Amino acid sequence: MRSVSIAGVGLTQVSEHWERSLADLFVEAAVKAIEDADVEEPEAVYVANSGSSYIQGQLNLGAMMADALGKAGVPAFTVEAGAASGAVAFHEGVKAVASGLYDIVLVGGVEKVSDASPEEIARFLSMPEDQEYTAYTGITNFGLNALIYRHYMERFGVRQEDIAMLAVRCHEHAEGCPHAMYPFKLSLERILSSPMEADPLHILECSGTGDGAAAVIIQPSKGVSGEVEVAAHSLSTDLIHITGRPDIVTFEAVKRASEKAFRMAGISRRDVDVVEIHDETTITGIISLEDMGFAEKGKGATLFTGQEPAVSGKPSVNTFGGLKARGNPVGATGLYQIVEIAMQLEGEAGRCQVDKPEFGLAQSLGGLGSICAITILRRH
Amino acid sequence: MSVPRYWRESKYRYRLIGKRCMRCGALYYPRRAICTRCGSKELEEHQLSDRGRIVSWTVIRNPPKDYERFAPYVVALVELEDGIRILSQIVDVEPEEVKAGMMVEATFRKIREDGTSGIIEYGYKFRPPVESKQDSS
Repeated sequence: MRSVSIAGVGLTQVSEHWERSLADLFVEAAVKAIEDADVEEPEAVYVANSGSSYIQGQLNLGAMMADALGKAGVPAFTVEAGAASGAVAFHEGVKAVASGLYDIVLVGGVEKVSDASPEEIARFLSMPEDQEYTAYTGITNFGLNALIYRHYMERFGVRQEDIAMLAVRCHEHAEGCPHAMYPFKLSLERILSSPMEADPLHILECSGTGDGAAAVIIQPSKGVSGEVEVAAHSLSTDLIHITGRPDIVTFEAVKRASEKAFRMAGISRRDVDVVEIHDETTITGIISLEDMGFAEKGKGATLFTGQEPAVSGKPSVNTFGGLKARGNPVGATGLYQIVEIAMQLEGEAGRCQVDKPEFGLAQSLGGLGSICAITILRRH
Repeated sequence: MSVPRYWRESKYRYRLIGKRCMRCGALYYPRRAICTRCGSKELEEHQLSDRGRIVSWTVIRNPPKDYERFAPYVVALVELEDGIRILSQIVDVEPEEVKAGMMVEATFRKIREDGTSGIIEYGYKFRPPVESKQDSS
């Protein structure tokens, strides 16, 4: 298999884009990525999306977005895996380049939730769960997060004030990020006095769902200095029902995918400088960090409270605000994370830049941990 | 909601029928074709216990479409007496009175309505046991 690198990236602001369609958003991000890469035509287009079949009633996004880009004729693919769609599409695109099937591939994610009512959005966000026995009970995705949140606090004796610090840090990082949906600080008091979304989970501990698109151009690595190479990309799945999982506060898919990714990259957790995590809610972010091995079980919040100890060093987490503050354009979110890691490694992160990172990791979840995609990028 | 889609699940939802692996004894709800513990494809129908205890719970304040009329409502992870876990709304109790470890029993309730002309869906919800409501435990 050939080594694969990211040649260009593009994204739109995450927002409520009332005046713009799915295709408008996709084209903006894709054209930016193509211009950034300065390459010939992409030979294939991979489109990540989660909600268009329900929200817009639109299928066949592969052909539709290839056409919108003026590239009708190329092979095109649509990938859906809930909020992990973008990262799973990236995985597929990287495979196609690594195998030698294509040399230049565009992977783009797009989501437009603002065409739906709040009740429809709540329903859409629960669609990655089993509709017959999970969503059927009336539980929402945030409700499932709340179930594990309560259990986590009781089992490990962790305070909500500590877990919610993840959201405080995300908002600090998003300040000055031009593509963030909520680029401002929020105090812990403000977060914990916000209304309940699903007890004990507060509304301001939940990611903000928004419209957006992000895209990358990938190609075979050239072996030149400064190139951003795909060091690892892995997927794993878990039981779709949390009722069957032996431990509801452990995401087995995250453990398996991250172990595989660290092996594939040939690095340890200590080597990772910057991480984008899937903080659909504060608790999901904390558990994800633990299951990737960045903190012991029950100690994930210490990464944000300034207390000791994180076992594997201290990577910078969600440097553009994460799902919480950059926002969560569901099917595009995984590609936002990958674009952001690439921006950090290239030193193009502006006010969000961390000091000379070499390795960055992006972690995406679909459903409540039923699918996890991990991507590790390296700057040469 | 199509009628066959509702109809084919009704037995499992009305009567809490799951599956039991005939080789290793593992229990499943909802039903499945292959045992995840031992890989056997030999599973038989199994009547679940209709009582259990709450492991964790939440209160849904911003409900999805078709559930607006019930909000706010409690949804809990319940561990049944035979050890299997099920997700269910908890009814006939104020959200403030729900606790981890609380005993609950299955009851037959309306789940949702498909508009004004569609079918009305029924199924299980759980409630505090009726006969032991006066008990101090």
